[in-house]
Amino acid sequence: MTQVWRRRTTKAQWAIWAGWMIGTLIVAQGWHFIAEATLWDFVWDAPTQAADMLGRMVPPRWSYAPAIVKPLWDTVNIATLGTLLAILMATPIAFLAARNTTPQAIPLRPVALGVIAVSRSINTLIWALLLVTIVGPGMLAGILSVALHSIGFFGKLLYEAIEEIDPAQTEAIAATGASQAQVLAYGVVPQVMPTFAGVSVYRWDINIRESAVLGIVGAGGIGLQLNASVSQLAWPQVTLILIAILGAVAVSEWLSAKVRAAIV
Amino acid sequence: MPEYPDVWRKPPFIASAWLRWGIGFAVALYLATAIGSVNINWVRLSVGLPRGWRFLTSFFPPDFLSRGDEILEGLEESLAMTVTATAAGVALGIPLGLGAARNLAARPVYLVCRTIIAGSRTLQELIVAIFFVKMFGFGPFAGMLTLTFSSVGFIAKLIAERIEAVDTAPLDAIRSTGASWLQWVNYAIQPQVMPRLVGLSLYRLDINFRESAVLGIVGAGGIGATLNTSLDRYEYSTAAAILLSIVAIVLVAEYASGSIRERLR
Repeated sequence: MTQVWRRRTTKAQWAIWAGWMIGTLIVAQGWHFIAEATLWDFVWDAPTQAADMLGRMVPPRWSYAPAIVKPLWDTVNIATLGTLLAILMATPIAFLAARNTTPQAIPLRPVALGVIAVSRSINTLIWALLLVTIVGPGMLAGILSVALHSIGFFGKLLYEAIEEIDPAQTEAIAATGASQAQVLAYGVVPQVMPTFAGVSVYRWDINIRESAVLGIVGAGGIGLQLNASVSQLAWPQVTLILIAILGAVAVSEWLSAKVRAAIV
Repeated sequence: MPEYPDVWRKPPFIASAWLRWGIGFAVALYLATAIGSVNINWVRLSVGLPRGWRFLTSFFPPDFLSRGDEILEGLEESLAMTVTATAAGVALGIPLGLGAARNLAARPVYLVCRTIIAGSRTLQELIVAIFFVKMFGFGPFAGMLTLTFSSVGFIAKLIAERIEAVDTAPLDAIRSTGASWLQWVNYAIQPQVMPRLVGLSLYRLDINFRESAVLGIVGAGGIGATLNTSLDRYEYSTAAAILLSIVAIVLVAEYASGSIRERLR
């Protein structure tokens, strides 16, 4: 009998088929749930709706442009100030969370890790939803929610960078008789500086995107105009706002890529 | 006095003093205008702070029970959206990624695929969701489409980058056996790319759940809708329960997907 080459053993093949079966079942179950909750008449109507909407969206209402300059400027400021605030709060937390720089393994380190985890798992918009209720609608709520969500992202990436530093350099500084603070300043900080700068700029770039939609829940920026225009069915204005947002996102992405390329 | 400096000073980050002060001044000026533009309403804030404190205390204790059915339904909807959107996103993202890999696709195909990817990645999920809700009506279907749309760009871009970095020796070897294009992709490229694809899919599953929690704000279904409703009804202890459930699921998903990805590496 001639042997034919096969990629896997029979057992491995069966395991893979079983995996596919289970995966397909889960997806089918999910789809069933969604299909139950959907009004299909609206879905079949979608091409007409889309054509109608696109027809109304062009041409953009250019005369609306002066009205969105200020909101766009606000959006950039929300992202920048929020990022700065996050950096200020996240840097100490990252040093507390890193295994090699934390002053206290228990209970300070788990607390810092917990702050990072909670901050990351609650989306900027949900933070905004809560903060608008507390500090009122406006830019301040936006800045704070951007900051609160960015702490987790920034803290996580920074503490991972701190844990990965070369210990020889800190030992060398310590051997000169430097104090703890001096070891941090001259042994650890220079090593994490590129990550610090890179992550800051990267997060700023993400935050520009996020702050463009914060206005939908009332937290300032251009999202407010977007939401208002959508609910007034003022589609030509929506187009113009979208162009403005895409422009801002493209510029910030380009700028952040440039800066990160210069650092690395 | 010795001729040489006997105290070491840290060299400045920017060598030219003029440029250093210039940048410092520009940053200070920007910060002043930006902070000035915030327009904080101190009266509102001073009223708001005690109110905020009362607000925070009214979150405790979290109440999972009185709206338990709604919370469960919202979570189920979010999970259903997450799973289906990730599956659809991977299924559509693979061909798009093949087309967006410079070493596989012809120039025009490459450009078209890259444009689609750029479009999918620059549009914020919530903005896409607003449009899908207008087109397809309220509910999880619009949310699922939104998540699918952004997953496609994510998977395609990262998988294309992985394909562009494959080892070329197996490619030549399989081609020299006279394999067809599909066989070539399946036996020379797919085994090299598979671990990365599985890792990315799990990572995207995780992201999609996080995103599904906010799509409800614009009416695209999921737990976000339940959260929004509970805040509108001033049922803060229910909102706290929802937030805790989101955090718990996100942490479990992150831990699970992280440890599976670790084992694949």
